[in-house]
Amino acid sequence: MADSILEVKDLRTSFFTDDGEVPAVDGITFSVKEGEILGLVGESGCGKSVTSLSIMGLLPSPPGKIVGGQILYKGEDISHAKESRMRKLRGNDIAMIFQEPMTSLNPVFTIGEQLTEAIRLHKKMPKKDLEARAVDLLKMVGLPRARELLKEYPHELSGGMRQRVMIAIAMSCDPKVLIADEPTTALDVTIQAQILDLMAKLNRETHTAIILITHDLGVVAQVCKRVVVMYAGKVVEQGDVRDIFNHPEHPYTEGLIRSIPDLFSKKDTLYTIKGSVPKPGSIKKGCLFAPRCPYVMDKCRTAEPELTGDRHKSRCFLHREDA
Amino acid sequence: MPQSEQNTAVQPAEEEKGPFVRNLLEFWKSFRKNKPAIVGAVIVLFFILMAAFAGFIAPQGINDQNINIRLQPPSASHWLGTDDFGRDILSRIIYGSRLSLRVGFFAVIGSIIVGTLLGVAAGYFGKFIDTVISRFFDILLAFPSILLSIAIVAVLGPSLNNALVAIAIVNVPVFGRLVRARVLTVKEEEYIMAARSIGMGNTRIIFNHILPNSFAPIIVQGTLNIATAILDAAGLGFLGMGAQPPQPEWGTMLSSSRQYITNAPWTVLFPGLAIILVVVGFNLMGDGLRDALDPRMKN
Repeated sequence: MADSILEVKDLRTSFFTDDGEVPAVDGITFSVKEGEILGLVGESGCGKSVTSLSIMGLLPSPPGKIVGGQILYKGEDISHAKESRMRKLRGNDIAMIFQEPMTSLNPVFTIGEQLTEAIRLHKKMPKKDLEARAVDLLKMVGLPRARELLKEYPHELSGGMRQRVMIAIAMSCDPKVLIADEPTTALDVTIQAQILDLMAKLNRETHTAIILITHDLGVVAQVCKRVVVMYAGKVVEQGDVRDIFNHPEHPYTEGLIRSIPDLFSKKDTLYTIKGSVPKPGSIKKGCLFAPRCPYVMDKCRTAEPELTGDRHKSRCFLHREDA
Repeated sequence: MPQSEQNTAVQPAEEEKGPFVRNLLEFWKSFRKNKPAIVGAVIVLFFILMAAFAGFIAPQGINDQNINIRLQPPSASHWLGTDDFGRDILSRIIYGSRLSLRVGFFAVIGSIIVGTLLGVAAGYFGKFIDTVISRFFDILLAFPSILLSIAIVAVLGPSLNNALVAIAIVNVPVFGRLVRARVLTVKEEEYIMAARSIGMGNTRIIFNHILPNSFAPIIVQGTLNIATAILDAAGLGFLGMGAQPPQPEWGTMLSSSRQYITNAPWTVLFPGLAIILVVVGFNLMGDGLRDALDPRMKN
């Protein structure tokens, strides 16, 4: 694909622990096109965050290590790039926002100091322009009293405001790709919606591609165009948001969609996918989802399906002709 | 804008001031509530002023001897009496404050600088570097501090400046371990990851993010350690390993007058009181600083 800005090809990231190698991300492939919002969905522990840290080159190492595959940014493989190269890319080309806005800002510095930090690192800019740029950024993320905010400390801001500041910091050098790792999980629902709207707006205005990592399919439906569903370190389904919501092919995706509470249903209990995510590496044979799958077939326990399909890919025998 | 994001409006009076001034004001507000700390600060300030203006306020020179008035009790002309050479004890104590404060401040500053650098290196880089530095600290801490300072002075030769160096070395692990522990906590904070995610390197992360977040405990420990440094210097002086007579160092004064303790007790009482007072002052102030700067006490 020519217009892909970031391509992850067969990425495998493992953690080397006392119990041996644990494959947290096991051969995932996806690409992000310029200016699109891609959703990366999955339960806790399925490798979403490890994927994003692998892309940023921020894996805690040891024990984490990329053991295979490629991460192509504008065609350049950055999976094993030197730290000095990664430092130039981080913030400037690929930026990231984190789950916990309450702790992602340094308590001893003002908003202004932290907001201009990335710009000072990556771009030469006279001090006067720097302040103007900071004010613009705060206005861009919809914060009032921008000029006064610059002189305030993080503890004087609410969670929603801090997440806006984090987004402003991430956007300060006009990155091409923004990785948002559960940006709304720690916020309450009304603020969540505002932050998502803001990210969609920034995406339209600045054309920055966003990888939105979340466990909330509702969030994905709201802002993403394409979705990658991950399960136990692997991609199980991938395609357009509409296709996936209307015709989920993988039973796991179907389960995720069914577990979204429905406002109008009269049921007492919510749908759940029985069991929990298997420990990485604990299932040696067959489909990783087989133990929890309602449609499990004999074949699923012996062989592992490939990710097949054209625009709408899935990793399941159910929809194969030979099944 | 939703309601919740507008509630943090600051009062107009505070808005004009810079963030630093606002922080200072906030610190002062919580510090002044602590009465013992204020007393400590006043005592410390008193000794600092005394040291600064010693030349103006001391009634006599430090070495003005008058054998006719030796070992005189306190009187109108010699408020704190005279010693065995007929020197005015008050004047010697006033000048002595210069020596004691100098040792206190510079020994602590020295240990803070060295201890912080070693502690940051150990805490941030970990592994082998941490092992080497931490074991080095353990070795220093294994000796009783006064014994170690005596050993260092014995090598360097007895003088006030060498006592200062010895006290600084002995206190390095105190700050080193403090900073290391602080760095270990701070480096796991999410804002350090956030700093890395915008492309910041190790040096900048250490100096821009980790050190500023470690200052509060360093300041508190530093203030408390000035007291122990002064005490150690006096102890070394008393043992003849620190300041040498006729320098009016308080410990040295105690030492040279100790034989007169029964018939001229003022010769040891007042230098001793000076030591107690300055140590108590720094301790009270240090405790107050800890209460005011401890982030857990805020909010």
